[in-house]
Amino acid sequence: MVSDRKNGWDVRTIRRALESRQISARELVKEFYARIEAGNRELNAFLSLSPDRAHTQADRVDALIAGGKPLPPLAGAPIAIKDVISTQGIRTTCGSKILETYVPPYDATAVTRLEAAGAIVLGKTNCDEFAMGSSNENSAYGPVRNPVAPERVPGGSSGGSAAAVAAHLAVCALGTDTGGSIRQPGAFCGIPAMMPTYGRVSRYGLIAFASSLDRIGPFASSVHDIAATLAVIAGRDAADATSAQVPVPDLLASLGQPVKGLRIGVPEEYFIEGMQPEVRARVEKGIALLESLGCATVKLKMPHTDYAIATYYIVATAEASSNLARYDGVRYGLRDVGDGTLMSMYRRTRGRGFGPEVKRRIMLGTYALSSGYYDAYYLKAQKVRSLIARDFTDAFSKVDAIVTPTSPVTAFRLGERASDPLQMYLADIFTVTGSLAGVPGISVPCGKDAAGLPIGMQIFGPHFGEARVLQLAHAFEAAGGFTL
Amino acid sequence: MKLTQDEILHVARLAHLELSAAEVEGLGRQLSEILTYIDKLNQLDTSGVEPLAQVMAAFAATDGVLRDDEEAPCGIASEVLKTAPEPAPPYFRVPKVIERG
Repeated sequence: MVSDRKNGWDVRTIRRALESRQISARELVKEFYARIEAGNRELNAFLSLSPDRAHTQADRVDALIAGGKPLPPLAGAPIAIKDVISTQGIRTTCGSKILETYVPPYDATAVTRLEAAGAIVLGKTNCDEFAMGSSNENSAYGPVRNPVAPERVPGGSSGGSAAAVAAHLAVCALGTDTGGSIRQPGAFCGIPAMMPTYGRVSRYGLIAFASSLDRIGPFASSVHDIAATLAVIAGRDAADATSAQVPVPDLLASLGQPVKGLRIGVPEEYFIEGMQPEVRARVEKGIALLESLGCATVKLKMPHTDYAIATYYIVATAEASSNLARYDGVRYGLRDVGDGTLMSMYRRTRGRGFGPEVKRRIMLGTYALSSGYYDAYYLKAQKVRSLIARDFTDAFSKVDAIVTPTSPVTAFRLGERASDPLQMYLADIFTVTGSLAGVPGISVPCGKDAAGLPIGMQIFGPHFGEARVLQLAHAFEAAGGFTL
Repeated sequence: MKLTQDEILHVARLAHLELSAAEVEGLGRQLSEILTYIDKLNQLDTSGVEPLAQVMAAFAATDGVLRDDEEAPCGIASEVLKTAPEPAPPYFRVPKVIERG
């Protein structure tokens, strides 16, 4: 049974309760595993649980309390990790049969940093296979259900992480965003969800889908907890050559700063025919709320918006076709020896181990990179990507942030788009733009539609402008924006 | 943009994917539809535009300063082999390769 009431546990209330000995970390872990036991059968948010590791970590936190030592920033916070992120000793499937038995021998940097900050990893969450999808219906382990409405999708590909936080089965969760896979499930499940700037969070240990697009980011129930989680995982990592040298500012310090005078860009290309009218209405109300806080709105043109999906589905699939070449039955995961030759093993293992969406994208990407088509598709898409990135750079010369709907629709029904791949791809229409440009973006809840389904408002910032994005999101939340 | 069955089979061979007849037919239809949509990129004049492959390269750059080429023990070989499909330490055993004629 999924409870809708706010349960009161967040990063700060946990810390206070631990410090004042109201509860121990062990007791907190027990409470959350009991919730997962009660709620996960219906939601299918978690694929694997890690009680041994969680108890060891809880004991570490409890020992600090007993010794009167200062507690690290996320002490005791129960956290869920999307199953494309490596966790040492804990099965990591990427939502695929081809990695059904894979156990990573190392932790992703983001996980290492979370544990060093005292967070407690409860388990791994369900996701679309290899992070490819917008509804969590592409998992080889069954779909995830939206805690707000169980006949609806939670969004994807980080549907399990979003559902876990929305159903209070974890206080924070890590997801990944390549084309919208953190922001869109955040919108569908009604919780804040952030994609940091590309390179802000190390990708070491993130099982790759598209290397120039993949980013790790947090889900939580409040902007404060989003900021607190991001503060822990962000920053240069020598193990990831694409991680940025740019220092991370004090993200928590920007929360509560007044937003009066900030210029908000509203691009006309994101308010289109065919979007759900209630989504448009609520987001317009959200923008009006920001105006009432003293923000100035500026109408923008971002002329290459309409080409972003086409660009994304060439670039991301091309990169995926390369990254997924490693699943060949040799070193890990599924092996099917076929007719007993190496080539047959490759073809049979991959044919059997990958689901239909993954095969579709590998095929598309392979075609786009193949001899005779590389210039027409991949090179062309990379040039359009430059133009899309330029739209953002031009916009940020005029405004401090860009506000749009996160998704043109609220959560659709399970099965509704599953047989029409192109329709499913178009779900990402407002999120892929920022993915291609490398900018950070958050989705914040912005009311609900008449059926009670959450609506998301997206705030983009300039590269490395997470502090500005969080400042705006926090002001929006404090002014009642989430329940508009 | 209509993909022929031969083109689908060729791409599947490049991608080392064994597909059923039903999959070949389905992928032919779906990829053709997707590629038709993607054709809209040709509406844009991109002459003189540089491709953007590494979106944040400037911020990760180390100005040519690389770490010293020093070996450090990795220490996880035995862990890795434990979960391999057919470990024969220190190797991964695989089926024989057939020479193409």
